Amino acid sequence: MNNQKNHNPFYDPSLSSRHRSARLFKAFTRGSILITLAFLCFFIFDMVRTAYPAMWQSYVKVEVSYNEKSSKISQKAIDKKFRKIVSRAWLRSIPKLLKQQPELMGTTANQWVLADDQVDQYMKGHHHNLKQKQVSVIETLKTNAQIELRWNNIFLSQGDSKLPENAGVYSSLIGSIFTLFVTLAIAFPLGVMTAIHLEEFARDNMLTRIIEVNINNLAAIPSILFGLLGLAVFINLFGLPRSSPLVGGLTLALMTLPIIIVSARAALRSVPDSIRQAGYGLGLTKIQIIQGNVLPIAFPGILTGTIIGLAQAMGETAPLIIIGMIAFIPDSPNSITDAATVLPAQIFTWAGMPERAYVEKTAAGIMVILLILFFLNAAAIYLRKKYEIKW
Amino acid sequence: MKTLIFVLGLTVIFSNANASPRDQMKIVGSSTVYPFSSYVAEEFGSVSRYPTPVVESTGTGGGMKLFCSDNSLNSPDIANASRRMKIKEFNLCERNGVKNITEAMFGYDGIVLAQSEKNKPLNISKKELLLALIKLVPNEKQDKLIDNPYQFWDQINSNLPHRKISIYGPPASSGTRDAFEEMVFEYQTDEIKVYRDAGLKGYRIIRTDGVYIPSGENDNLIVKKLSKDTAALGIFGYSFLTENSDTISGVTIEGIQPTAKNIATKQYPISRSLFFYIKNDHTKDVPAIKEYIEMFLNVDLIGEDGLLAEIGLIPLTDQEIKQSHERTSKYQKLTLNELKKNHGF
Repeated sequence: MNNQKNHNPFYDPSLSSRHRSARLFKAFTRGSILITLAFLCFFIFDMVRTAYPAMWQSYVKVEVSYNEKSSKISQKAIDKKFRKIVSRAWLRSIPKLLKQQPELMGTTANQWVLADDQVDQYMKGHHHNLKQKQVSVIETLKTNAQIELRWNNIFLSQGDSKLPENAGVYSSLIGSIFTLFVTLAIAFPLGVMTAIHLEEFARDNMLTRIIEVNINNLAAIPSILFGLLGLAVFINLFGLPRSSPLVGGLTLALMTLPIIIVSARAALRSVPDSIRQAGYGLGLTKIQIIQGNVLPIAFPGILTGTIIGLAQAMGETAPLIIIGMIAFIPDSPNSITDAATVLPAQIFTWAGMPERAYVEKTAAGIMVILLILFFLNAAAIYLRKKYEIKW
Repeated sequence: MKTLIFVLGLTVIFSNANASPRDQMKIVGSSTVYPFSSYVAEEFGSVSRYPTPVVESTGTGGGMKLFCSDNSLNSPDIANASRRMKIKEFNLCERNGVKNITEAMFGYDGIVLAQSEKNKPLNISKKELLLALIKLVPNEKQDKLIDNPYQFWDQINSNLPHRKISIYGPPASSGTRDAFEEMVFEYQTDEIKVYRDAGLKGYRIIRTDGVYIPSGENDNLIVKKLSKDTAALGIFGYSFLTENSDTISGVTIEGIQPTAKNIATKQYPISRSLFFYIKNDHTKDVPAIKEYIEMFLNVDLIGEDGLLAEIGLIPLTDQEIKQSHERTSKYQKLTLNELKKNHGF
C-alpha cells in the first residue's frame, strides 16, 4: 500500500470507497428495474392466467321443439331437466325467432345451444352453484359428447349482459371509439392551434407566462375534476344527453388538451430557428413558414404527444362515472348522442359483479385494453421514428 | 371551412338535445338494486320492441339526487333504492317540480356479516355488534359514554372467541351502510338510557380508529380480503354470500342464519326492503316505462321461483307482489304522510 502511495502521483486514498459507492449505485438502479419488471411480469402472468378460460365457452346439444307452447313460454321448448343447463339468453330469443321464421313451427331439432354460466364454470373446473342432479345431467351429456367448450366469439361480438355467458366487450369498444373520435376532433385542432400561437405568435409577457403555468397545472389535476366540469357545463348548462360519447369525448378532450399543448409546444420549439430565418429571408409570410416548414418538421413530435394523450383518455374512468357513462348499456351506440359505455368502464362494472363467471371476463377485458394501448404506443414510436428528422 | 362544418354540426346537436318523446328509459340508483334492475332491463331489451334501458349505479342517495333534480324528459324515469325515500329527498323532489311519484317495493335483501370459511361458526347478537362498531360506548357503570375501547371480541362478551375486531364494510355514501347503521345502531341506541341521557337521539356514528374499514362500493373486494384476513368480518349484500359460498360463510345474528327463507320471513334481524320510484309525469312520453314495470313486477321475475331469485333477490310474498302491482298499475301518488307514517320498517 505504502509503496503504491509513493510511486503513483494520481493515487487518491478515497478512490476505493468512491468505486464502491459507484458500484452500489449501479446495483440500486439495476435492482429497481428488476423490481419493476417483477411486478409487471406478475401482473401480466396473473391476468393471462385468469383471462385464459374466458376464451372458451360451453355449448350443449339439446332437443328443441318449436311449437305453440314454446312461442309463448320459451322454457317449454326443451326438456325440463335441461332448463337450468342452457342459457337464458338463448331461451328468451325463441319467441322472436319463431315470429321471424314461422316455418319452424311444429318442428323439432337437435341443436347446439349456449350453456348457462354455472355449467360453463363447472366445465372449466371452477366453483359453481349447481345441484347434484344438474351435475349428473352434465356428466351424462359429457359421456355422450353433447357438451363441449368452444372458441368464445360472443366476447368480441356482444355487449354487456347480466348473463355472464352472453357478455362481451363489443358495445363498449364501439363506445370507446366514438368517444375517442370526439376527443380527437376537439382536442387535436384546439391543442395544436394553441401551441402554435404560444410558440410562434405570442410575445413573452406576464399574460402568456400565466397561461403557460396554468396549462402545465391543468395537466396535473385529478381527472375526476374534469368529470365535475363536464357535468356542470356540458350536461347541466348546454343540456347535452347524459351518458353519451359526445359528453364523454368533450370531457376527455379537456383532459387531453394540456398534454397535446405541452407536447406540441416542445415539438415546435425543437424546430431550429434557422428554418424560420431562412423563410423570412425568402420573403415568406408567417403562415407560409408555419404551414410549409415548421409544422411538417414538428409533426412527428405532435403526433406522438397526441397518441399518448389519447391512450391516456382511452384508459380513463373517473370523469366518466360522473357524467353517467359507467352504467348498464348493452346496446352499442349508433351516434355520438346515444347512451354508451367505454371499455375501462365495462371492466369496472364487471369487477363489481357478484357472479364468479365475471372474474375471467374482467381479466379478458383488461387483456383487450392492454393490447389496444400497446398498439397505440407502438404506433406512436413507429411514426416518430419514421418521420423524425435528425439535424 | 372545416371549423364551419364543425360549428354547424355542434349547433345541430345542441338544438336536438332538447327533450322529445323517447324510446329508451333512463334508470339510476342503488348499487344493491343495480344487478336486479339491469337484469330486468336486459330481458326487457331483448323481448320488447324498445331499446334496452340505461341503468346507472349511482348509490341510493346519488340516484335520488338525480331523480329529484328535474322533471323534464332529460332526467331519469326511475330511481332504484335499497331503502325508502327520505323525507328530505321527497321535499327536494317537490321543490324541483317532481310532484307525481309512485313507489314500488319489489323484494328484500339481507345485510350479512361473513367471515372466511376457515373459521369456526360465529354467533353475534345485535347488541354485541353495536358495541364492537359504534364510536361511543357506555362505560362499566352504564352512566357515561366513553370512546370505544374494545379491540377483541371476548372483551365484549367472554363467550366470544379471543379474536381481533376488524370489520370491512361499505363507505358512508352507500345505501347498505345507511340501512345497516339504522337497523343496528339507531334502533338500539334509542333504547339505551345512557345515549338518551347524553342527548344523542338516533346516535349512529361508526368508530374511526381503524377497526371498521370502509372498503368502497365494490363488495367483491371485501370478499377477497376476507379470504386473506381470516380474523376479519365483512358486511355486504346477501347475493355476494351465495355466490362465494366456497370461500366465506355467514355469521349468525342472534342465532339466526342468513338464509333466503329467514330474510324473507323477517326472522333474520338485518334485512331491508328494496324499492324503485317512478316519475309518473314521464309515462306519457316514455311509453316503455309502463311495459317495464309490468315486466318487473311479474311473478316470473320477482316471485319465489322467479329469475331474480336465482341471482340473489329475496322474494316478496304473493300478497305483497299483488299490492305492488296494484299501486303501480294506477300510478298511485306517493304522499308525504305515507312516508312519515311507516318510516323505517
